This record gives sequence, structure tokens and C-alpha cells, in this order.
Amino acid sequence: MDVKTGLFYVFATVLLLAAFRVITARNPVHAVLFLVLSFFQASMIWMLLEAEFLAITLVLVYVGAVMVLFLFVVMMLDINMDGIRKGFWKHFPLAAVVGVVIIVEMSAVLMTGFQTSAAPAALANLGQAAAEVSNTKALGVLLYTKYLYPLEIAAAILLVGMIAAIALTLRHRKDIKALKPEEQVRVKWADRLVVVKMDATQASAPAQTAETAIVENKA
Amino acid sequence: MTLTLGHFLSLGAILFAFSVIGIFLNRKNLIVLLMAIELMLLAVNTNFVAFSHYLGDLNGQIFVFFILTVAAAETAIGLAILVLLFRLKSNINVDELDSLKG
Repeated sequence: MDVKTGLFYVFATVLLLAAFRVITARNPVHAVLFLVLSFFQASMIWMLLEAEFLAITLVLVYVGAVMVLFLFVVMMLDINMDGIRKGFWKHFPLAAVVGVVIIVEMSAVLMTGFQTSAAPAALANLGQAAAEVSNTKALGVLLYTKYLYPLEIAAAILLVGMIAAIALTLRHRKDIKALKPEEQVRVKWADRLVVVKMDATQASAPAQTAETAIVENKA
Repeated sequence: MTLTLGHFLSLGAILFAFSVIGIFLNRKNLIVLLMAIELMLLAVNTNFVAFSHYLGDLNGQIFVFFILTVAAAETAIGLAILVLLFRLKSNINVDELDSLKG
């Protein structure tokens, strides 16, 4: 049993314990923190599989962004746990049966069916190439040549996700009196200054009384 | 005893089974349901990475990359809907989401 195998068992044990605590934790904040722990362990296991770029991406993107988002939402919501926890263990026997069936069947098939421990010949060539080309570079080359259009679709999906999240949670309040900067910026001179047409000179009123009387008579 | 592909696949299967159990147990708590879905995606991604390593094919890792992208967008929108739901109902109990009376 070499070092790599020992490390695998350590990481897998901690990963499974953390995952079990995620689904049974009473406090949702604890559940999020255990989820962070399990993502770290999974990242280490991906490191064992020599997927360095994805392992680091998992830590940076998942732990750094998604889990922090989870933490924000969990702390923002004031969840009443007593009502939610009622009948928590009611369906546990059924769940345990389903889970154990999945684990036993999958393990029986997978442990006997996939005994390949050595990398195939293609990987040996890849491994020699990997001495000069890193995992990140190989992924990048593949991503920007063969998978260029899927990459752009992924970018569009992220953009749509961002717009949807903002549009869903944006709240306009009617009862506050605040200046609207966008209207202030967009204003034109005609909105600020009103020009009233007037005569240049106005005759004084008493001198005109006779004239107006004549005009009225003519009318 | 060296590591085989079966070890990693079994780990993914056990992790997936745990998240299925989690969905059974936390059927009222929407936020833990989302976390269980994240665990499921992690298990599937571990399978992809393991196959990619043992078959010497980088395309599996590309697939994991896209799954991570879609999962991030899904989580963001899911949490936004959760916040909206909490504003509307002041709790996140799944049992009370029956306004449509399907």
C-alpha cells in the first residue's frame, strides 16, 4: 500500500463523513461549512487523479464563490428550524434502504468491473507529453480549439444566470424619496429651462385706456 | 494494494447515495436540498475525472468544466428564487409551496 493509496483513503473518509454531516446537520450554517470541507476533500482527490486545473477551479470557484453565496443566503434568511426538523427521521428507514441498495450494487459492479490500476498506453504517451505540457495548458488548448463554441455557450449561460439572479431579487421601493441618478444624467436643457414668449416692450396700462375704449367701440 | 478505477467510482457512488439519502431526509428544507444536489454533481464530476485519468482522455475533464459552469448558474438562480420565496412566505418549507394546487 503506497502513499497515494493511503492519502486516497484519508481523503475519502473525511469526504464521506463531511457529506454525512451536510445532510444531517441541524444548523444550516454548519451544513454549508461541512459542504466546504467536502469540496476541499474532493479537490484533493482530483489532485490524486492529476486533474490539477479542475482541482484548483473547484476550490476557487466553488468554495470561493458558490459556497460563499450559500453562506450569505443561509445567514440572510431567518429559518425556523423546529418546524422544518419535525419528522426528520421519519423517512430514514426508507432512505437508508435505498442508499444501501445503491452503494452495494454500484460497489459490487464497479470494484469488480474496473480493476484497471495502470494507465493505458495512450496515457503513458500523454504522461511523457505532460512533462512538457501541463494539465492546464492541455485543457486550454482543447478548450479553445475543439470546444470553442461550447465555451461561448457556457459564457452565455453564466451571463443569463447573472441577469436572472439580479432581475429576480431586485426590489423597487415606492415609499422612499431618493434622487435617480440615471434621470439626472439623462436630463436635457429643455427639461430645466422653460422659455416663455413675451413682447419686448409693454405699454403702461393708464395711457392705453382711451385707445382700448375706441377698439372696444369699433368691435 | 494499488488504487484502481473502481475505488474512485465506488467513492462517487457512495457520495451519490449519501445525497439521495439527504434528499429523503431533508425533504422540507429547500436549502439543504440544494446542497444535496451540489453533492450529487460532485459525485458525478469525480466519476468523470476518474475516467478521464484512467482512460487517458482529456475530454472528460472538459465535460467537468462545463458541468461546473452550469451548476454555478443553477445555484445562483436557485438561491435567488429561494430569497424571493422567503420574502413572500417568510419560511422555506417545501410543504407550504402548494399555492398552485396542481
